[in-house]
Amino acid sequence: MPEHRLLLRDIDIPDIEQMDMYVTHGGYDAAERMLAEMASQDVIDEVERSGLTGRGGAWEAVAPKWRAMPAPTATEPNYLCVNANESEPGTFRDRKLIERNPHQIVEGVLIAAYAIGARTAYIYVRDGMARGMKLLEDAIAAAYERGLLGVDIRASGYDLDIYVHPGGGAHIAGEETALLEALEGKRAQPRARTFWPHRTTLFGQPALVQNVGTLAYLPHIIARGAEWFSSLGTQRHPGTCVFCVSGHVRRPGLYEIEMGAATLRELIEEYAGGVRQGHQLKAVLPGGAASVVLTADQIDVRLCPEEWAVPGGGPLQGNFGTGGVIVMDETTSMVDAALNLMQFYARESCGQCTPCREGAPWLRDVVRRVERGQARMEDIGLLESVAAQVSPLLGEETLALCRFAPSFAWAMQGFLRAFGEEFAQYIEAGGCPFPQDKGIKVPDSVSVRF
Amino acid sequence: MEFLAETKRECEEILGRYPHPEGALLPILHLAMREWGHIPPEAVVYLSTLLGMSPARLQGALTFYPAFRTQPSGRHLIGICCTLSCSLMGATEVESYLCEKLGVEIGQTTADGRFTLTKMECLACCGTAPVMLVDGELHQSLTRVKIDQILERLN
Repeated sequence: MPEHRLLLRDIDIPDIEQMDMYVTHGGYDAAERMLAEMASQDVIDEVERSGLTGRGGAWEAVAPKWRAMPAPTATEPNYLCVNANESEPGTFRDRKLIERNPHQIVEGVLIAAYAIGARTAYIYVRDGMARGMKLLEDAIAAAYERGLLGVDIRASGYDLDIYVHPGGGAHIAGEETALLEALEGKRAQPRARTFWPHRTTLFGQPALVQNVGTLAYLPHIIARGAEWFSSLGTQRHPGTCVFCVSGHVRRPGLYEIEMGAATLRELIEEYAGGVRQGHQLKAVLPGGAASVVLTADQIDVRLCPEEWAVPGGGPLQGNFGTGGVIVMDETTSMVDAALNLMQFYARESCGQCTPCREGAPWLRDVVRRVERGQARMEDIGLLESVAAQVSPLLGEETLALCRFAPSFAWAMQGFLRAFGEEFAQYIEAGGCPFPQDKGIKVPDSVSVRF
Repeated sequence: MEFLAETKRECEEILGRYPHPEGALLPILHLAMREWGHIPPEAVVYLSTLLGMSPARLQGALTFYPAFRTQPSGRHLIGICCTLSCSLMGATEVESYLCEKLGVEIGQTTADGRFTLTKMECLACCGTAPVMLVDGELHQSLTRVKIDQILERLN
């Protein structure tokens, strides 16, 4: 089955990051038409009819969030804050979208900002993406030069400034309200939310936070129409999904597939070429570090949010996540993989809520004890107990302000449920009971030009 | 401790992007890193005046974000990604090779002051793992040979 590329459609065109080349391939046609013919409400209506949902991991419908924004006035402005703090383990879509086709992002930002009447947009780009930041800044400068940004754009009476905001390298800054704190020059600690729509503010004014990978769809939706977009993918999540496949496959990389059109097995075996030669599949994290690990015989599942408990209420446990598929072969120790993730979570917890600040290091330390062969059999129950205290029973309930804590609690519970036997073998053997391969590996090839 | 005149002009421009000067904190901390390589206590006082915020608030934010260093580093800063996808593709070997080649442990600086070696969390480049960041520049699909070539180019 071929890919269905929208966001990645132009990604391999040489010089597409240059304004002329982007325009040659139809770039800014959508924005020009919008500025000439559409009122801001028309844009929101179009996006509502398209059914676009957020690609940052929450999969919430985009248009209601836009409608919930109060209308801006001269003294009470709105802000658009673009989340490009990509740092979920296994996810590398936004980096490529920014580095390969920055104008697609700038055009998407222009469309969303126009729709909500924001005259300032900040693109919060993660640390470690210096090249992408430079390319975005160059694209923004070229858009000013072409008269697509600045004052009274195309005589529409609408003004927009876009600024690239370099982030500080914290994973949690990608959480919606933490990102706003970061933009305000504070520690990126999530805010308490009480009701929906969350009244998100920046500098005391209404602010819309949207993932960069969501906004990149907007030029396509405005150019080709809501009906076309909503005919793709599933009813609840129209369009495509860019899957990031990494780990022990022959062809790691980005694969853009119509939502729900492929199974996880097809993605791994057909698109990514299967597990590296001479090896067998052992486990898959289907949606980044925050998803629940699947065993080799659990991959005949349709790839769409509806199949997962979160956000779709489906039969699979945990999060559908962000499209970051991490593939592990039989040389991988599941204790080692769990330890790696718990180290990540312990290091990235913002420290604000007790279950998270204390729970993540506890889990890390106990998994490390198992990995080093110093654990007792009761430690498996201890891991379960700590995970359950952080977030009870893979439920929606959490004792923390944001979804970071349930993410690692579910990840830990997932490892214990699927590979508890291996944890027990480690404890009995006093260490890893089989040979691991921790050497450098070179895949056959990589899809998408890097 | 003060920014160079040219950096001060950059600061002014950045401050103009935000309705409140504190919004410019992260971009200006990046300028400070570029100019001084790290952010010592004297810089905290200077920057807090510049941004109109208390030194305590600035210190709090500074120590929250891993992109900023409060201690000096070698001329080149190496950050090895150690998160899961890179680990699966050989980050452990990258780490041991660099430690052996440079004769340092993670967190240390070589005796000649040339390199500081650190570990980082996910760099969002898992498809071309293993990866590392050297002076802010990303290097992908690492092998021993590639690591040798990257280090040779740095004085």
